[in-house]
Amino acid sequence: MQAEERHELGTRNITTESYWQTVFRRFKRHKLATVSLVILAVLGGAAILAPIIAPYDPNEIVGPFSGAPSKEFWLGTDQIGRDVLSRLLYAMRVSLLVGVMATLISTVIGVILGLFAGYFGGVIDMIIMRFTDMVMSFPYILLVLVAAAIFKPGMWNIILILGFVDWPGIARLVRGNVLSLRETNFIKGNIVAGMSLRHILFSEILPNTVAPILVYATSVLALSMLDEAALSFLGMGVQPPTASLGNMLNGAQSLTVLTSQPWLWLPPGLLIVILVIAINFVGDALRDALDPNSEQ
Amino acid sequence: MSNTPLIQVENMKKYYPIKGGIITHTTGYVKAVDGVSFAIQKGETLGLVGESGCGKSTIGRQLVGLEKPTEGTIYYKGKDLSGLKKEEMKQIRTNLQMVFQDPYSSLNPRKHIYEILSQPMLYHKVSTKETIEKDIEKILDMVGLPKSILGRYPHEFSGGQRQRIGIAKALSLNPEFIVCDEPVSALDVSIQAQILNLLKGLQKELDLTLLFVGHGLGAVNYVSDRIAVMYLGKIVEIGDAKAVFNHPVHPYTQALFNAVPIPDPEEKEREKEFLQGEIGSSTNPPSGCRFHPRCPYATESCQMEEPKLQEVMVRTDKEHYAACPRIMDK
Repeated sequence: MQAEERHELGTRNITTESYWQTVFRRFKRHKLATVSLVILAVLGGAAILAPIIAPYDPNEIVGPFSGAPSKEFWLGTDQIGRDVLSRLLYAMRVSLLVGVMATLISTVIGVILGLFAGYFGGVIDMIIMRFTDMVMSFPYILLVLVAAAIFKPGMWNIILILGFVDWPGIARLVRGNVLSLRETNFIKGNIVAGMSLRHILFSEILPNTVAPILVYATSVLALSMLDEAALSFLGMGVQPPTASLGNMLNGAQSLTVLTSQPWLWLPPGLLIVILVIAINFVGDALRDALDPNSEQ
Repeated sequence: MSNTPLIQVENMKKYYPIKGGIITHTTGYVKAVDGVSFAIQKGETLGLVGESGCGKSTIGRQLVGLEKPTEGTIYYKGKDLSGLKKEEMKQIRTNLQMVFQDPYSSLNPRKHIYEILSQPMLYHKVSTKETIEKDIEKILDMVGLPKSILGRYPHEFSGGQRQRIGIAKALSLNPEFIVCDEPVSALDVSIQAQILNLLKGLQKELDLTLLFVGHGLGAVNYVSDRIAVMYLGKIVEIGDAKAVFNHPVHPYTQALFNAVPIPDPEEKEREKEFLQGEIGSSTNPPSGCRFHPRCPYATESCQMEEPKLQEVMVRTDKEHYAACPRIMDK
């Protein structure tokens, strides 16, 4: 019996592909998400390379006021004669940076609070989760506006503010996962083996909740980019002359601009839509690809 | 018998509070384990049997420190485990290990076998970076697995193979005492025998002390030197495996052994006595002898007085205790 089992183990080649290879294979089946990923890569690359590929300095007055698109200025110029294309590239840079950093901050806060709440339970759990509910129930555009009024509005303040209001969802998600993982035998086995708390939390539990966190983080990324746009549109976000997708739209509040100068608001508006949709598609595909229960 | 047992449990109780009401408060307790005492000598295997929910797994979990007893003391080599400092506990921890019932959830699905086995060993300095490969190989050899499995993930193995890995994980810290919490009940019958043989062999080879929790009577009898039978949080009969198995005296033990199906068509005709009624509530256990509502021999006095374990004098000179006032009559 034993010899047979050994033999079988030695020759059977079950799966040679690693976890992430499997995920990538499953991800590729979503055509829309693959296209979205390519778009994101191109836009992200353009944002990173903005200083190299932008035709003009984004803050210099280089052309006529509100000039229509032309050979010289592909997307025209704005009210004070800056090149819209250059500003757009820099704006995307700022918006992506705000989105990514705010998501990183909120993910770290959410993961840590969720881990502790779920693992320790009891009073710690109660305190953390009631605090989470409090933050969640706050009308946070108001919170952000107040915070932006107290601190000087600016890119890093926006990042911090968004980072500190976006974490409750992640905290709840992680807590729920930890609650069920804590009861599994392999966690108990590690407790019996006397492993340190740090090892159990960050090396055993956390890797098993990475998938849902990743999926959730994509939606936080899309949301915080939208929030940045909204805040900048309201004038409480990234301050001019620095361009962001939101404050470029801010310049397009008058009816004349809306009706007769679409090159001022169409490109930043479309870019926001494209970025958010692409990120959400990627998140959806990730959800499917990371799910260990899906077949194949 | 040596004087200090490896594990000694005195009057262990484990109550789980039941929360309820509009303002959350404790409305009662589930008395999972209610006053249990026993000892396990070094090198011995104690089998623990009983119906589901009688508290046998709870005892195992407390012995390895996953839960703290509500009352009572656990002694390891004469030392009270609850009175130990953190550092001492960390030392002793590695000596008390556990093999889990469900091999499908006892290994982290995101780690390959090498990580699963090596991390605790390195953390507790049972092995060093230089010797770890050899040490792991040695352990794998003991549980009958080839070295080639180390790079694989748990989902690539069958239940029996996973249970072998689970046993390897328990062995990796050089424990003296292992709690086997129904280690074969989730496995195919053909694999069960392999795992039981493996455990039995390892126990001899490494001079291990085992607490074997199970409800498969055959399996428990096969590996155990002594057997303890539990009913509703209490030990009703304990003693030498042969004595208990061949001459059960407590009516519950008798009924339990009677319920084992016999693979003989001739026996089909035999009148079998099955237990009537449901297992009692552990929140509000029956008064007196907890078994009396289901006991065919119960008398009035059984409802009043809680019987204590007392020595049984049956045909053998082996150790044998049972908690039934009527054993003297038999």
